[in-house]
Amino acid sequence: MQQFLQQMVNGLSLGSIYALIALGYTMVYGIIRLINFAHGDIYMLGAFAGFFAISAFHLSFIPSLIISMAICALAGMLIKRVAYKPLRTAPRISMLITAIGVSLFLENGGLMVFSPSIRTFPTVFPVKTFSFFGGLVKLTVKDIVVLTVMIVMLILLQYLVYRTKIGKAMRAVSFDKDAASLMGVDVDTTISYTFAIGSALAAVAGVLVGIYYNSVWPLMGIMPGLKAFIAAVLGGIGIIPGAVLGGLLIGVTETLVAGYGNSLYRDGVAFAILIIVLLLRPSGLLGKNQREKV
Amino acid sequence: MLEVKDLHVYYGAIHALKGISFKVEDGEIVTIIGANGAGKSTTLRTISGLLRPKKGEILLNGVHLEKMKAKDIVKMGVCQVPEGRRIFANMSVLENLELGAYLRNDKDGIKNDFDRVFSLFPRLAERRTQLAGTLSGGEQQMLAIGRALMSRPKIILMDEPSMGLAPILVEQIFNVIKEINSEGTTVLLVEQNAYMALTTAKEAYVIETGNIVMGGQAMDLLNNEQVRKAYLG
Ligand SMILES: Nc1ncnc2c1ncn2[C@@H]1O[C@H](COP(=O)(O)OP(=O)(O)OP(=O)(O)O)[C@@H](O)[C@H]1O
Ligand SMILES: [Mg+2]
Repeated sequence: MQQFLQQMVNGLSLGSIYALIALGYTMVYGIIRLINFAHGDIYMLGAFAGFFAISAFHLSFIPSLIISMAICALAGMLIKRVAYKPLRTAPRISMLITAIGVSLFLENGGLMVFSPSIRTFPTVFPVKTFSFFGGLVKLTVKDIVVLTVMIVMLILLQYLVYRTKIGKAMRAVSFDKDAASLMGVDVDTTISYTFAIGSALAAVAGVLVGIYYNSVWPLMGIMPGLKAFIAAVLGGIGIIPGAVLGGLLIGVTETLVAGYGNSLYRDGVAFAILIIVLLLRPSGLLGKNQREKV
Repeated sequence: MLEVKDLHVYYGAIHALKGISFKVEDGEIVTIIGANGAGKSTTLRTISGLLRPKKGEILLNGVHLEKMKAKDIVKMGVCQVPEGRRIFANMSVLENLELGAYLRNDKDGIKNDFDRVFSLFPRLAERRTQLAGTLSGGEQQMLAIGRALMSRPKIILMDEPSMGLAPILVEQIFNVIKEINSEGTTVLLVEQNAYMALTTAKEAYVIETGNIVMGGQAMDLLNNEQVRKAYLG
């Protein structure tokens, strides 16, 4: 029992990180129907931004987080402007191929600029453990930070999407671009904001991973990026709560499999879940089985 | 006054509008009638900035609209109720109306216009928190009109507002159009329902395969032999 609860806590921490990345996939997909394969690399960029802010500029956690979010938001908007916007009227497959190209560019650019070595993320929080329920569950400071930051981000996102003008514009554009234009919504700007927000959330995931697992390197985005993408599809791509659910589910399952079974299967599990869910519910756990709007 | 001069619009190689010209005087209801595929929606979409003309001019009180962004055209006071309503089905009635007022910041004015829309369409008031997608067809059309009014347009472009509605609702919608107009909003109405359009409008044009083939007083067109044969048969 104790071990199970402990695995759950670890799983939720890992799942929070997947969820934060998955949100960016799902938001961008929701608004321009693009699987932004470069998104995992934005997360890598965020981890490095946090790394340098903390280790080279000796900033504390929150300023580093904010700087990393800002850098990734700008990077996301830049990628949208340079790589995707010119293809707006091109067939969808061209954008998808471009996304893979951008991803390779960022990975290889990262290898060149940051060097291929794995760097140790500085220790930001004291190594301390808190016991709960009479020692049944132990939370490290890192666990608490990861879970708190994710909850704060979800509340902010919820507020942004449902209570602000820009959120309303995002929902309108993702539902019907022409109708949104007729209301005076600037579709292009709204898409840029969506990239910015999704990328900033990936930056948060990057910094948290640095803190949680203590290391960053240029190809760190590939596997979590893929799993977050799976999480987004699992929850129902384009659906914000779906990304969170999918991320947590994959994080928890993966940790349980590694803890009880064989850690060799840990990466395969995400794919297995995806295949099963898609067979049973093709539009994802929270997706409605409706015809796609055209 | 809205003035369209020699407008040419293409979809790729398809020449959808072949040099149409017409005028809409302030305070009037003007209609363009035509069959399926004649180019009615294309005309309105081009005025709203969703399509770019290859040639020609669109002038609102002398200001060129043909190169403006859609959002700036709304700012100029030109708003559209699109064909098929295109309401945001995943949002509440209230949120749809708020989107109509997207470019406005005058809180008090917006509040007044909410009241105005709700008094024009009491059914929407009862359903303000309901998801727009769950409204009936007639209610959705009312919402689409209400949403456009929320931008406080000088001129409202309506694309087949009677489409798919029962006769009693068609009558109701046309009464609303007259009411909106009597409160000072200019209306450019595009319709296949030629009888309703011609009895409601002051001026009228007939569009056929991308050309305006006839124009004049709506009354005169209503009595015109050719029009009767083609559109009122
Ligand atoms: N997106 C498009 N791509 C290519 N051709 C188009 C497109 N939209 C419209 N057309 C063509 O342009 C012409 C005018 O279409 P438009 O939609 O303006 O007609 P309409 O008068 O509004 O018809 P309806 O009464 O059926 O709504 C038609 O021949 C149509 O096939
Ligand atoms: Mg049409």
